Amino acid sequence: MKKTILSLLLVINGLMCSFAQSSAGVEMATGLRSSGKIYVVVAVLVVLFAGLAVYLFTIDRKVSRVEKQQER
Amino acid sequence: MKKYWWKVLAVLLVLYSIIMGLLGHVPALPIVNETIRNVYFHVPMWFTMFTLYIVSVVYSIKYLSSAKPHHDLVAVESVNVGIVFCIFGLLTGMLWANFTWGTFWTNDPQLNGAAIGTLMYLAYLVLRNALEEEQKRARISAIYNIFAFPILIVFMYILPKTTDSLHPGAGGNSGFGEFDLDGSMKAVLYPGAIGWILIGVWLMTLRYRIRKMEYQNLTATP
Repeated sequence: MKKTILSLLLVINGLMCSFAQSSAGVEMATGLRSSGKIYVVVAVLVVLFAGLAVYLFTIDRKVSRVEKQQER
Repeated sequence: MKKYWWKVLAVLLVLYSIIMGLLGHVPALPIVNETIRNVYFHVPMWFTMFTLYIVSVVYSIKYLSSAKPHHDLVAVESVNVGIVFCIFGLLTGMLWANFTWGTFWTNDPQLNGAAIGTLMYLAYLVLRNALEEEQKRARISAIYNIFAFPILIVFMYILPKTTDSLHPGAGGNSGFGEFDLDGSMKAVLYPGAIGWILIGVWLMTLRYRIRKMEYQNLTATP
């Protein structure tokens, strides 16, 4: 019984090791994020989306204005 | 100003998903690498499309029971905006596929299902334009719409799950949710998806309001 548990643990350990290696070998942009100016890209996207959102609000207001004119 | 709160919420949620989607923690997986962040932007396109198509079906049913032309206008504008999000979903998916699967398009059940779904809804718009008489057009296209939606579900959700597919979440392939052990991805995906859905509904209401005025002008002139 003890032996089977021990061998099972060994197998699990081996599996975990192999998985750990495969995920550690994957290259992610962790370095980029700290020094690669990724914040600039984030800022650009935020500016773009915020600008589009403001534009959408002005269109919304314009439609409301035309709707009011229509009612008269 | 009271009416605007959900539009502000939509913008804030999408802004949050852009910022956290690029800076937040994601699981390190081979092949997809950093492109896993596309989940935050590609998937909400399809959520938004589905929401708008559901709105369309609901208003088609409402039209059939009420025969109010405004219900028909909501139905058609929902499909109009839904197709835009569908095209965004297809394009972002193709771009992503090119860098992970090595090709823009493969004969994958999920991809082909999405293509058939797109064509089905384009056919809805073509059908509308082909019918001259207003009430007939509204009624026939409402019935078509009610039939098209379940077929879309079958092609995009049921069939891909029954066969092998490259696409995450489809048959023989786990979704990214399985690797998201601490839920950090869900915390970005779902708020972002709600944000995009609200933006889709917002665009639909804008188009509907313009369409309604056009319709009023058309019927008012002798």
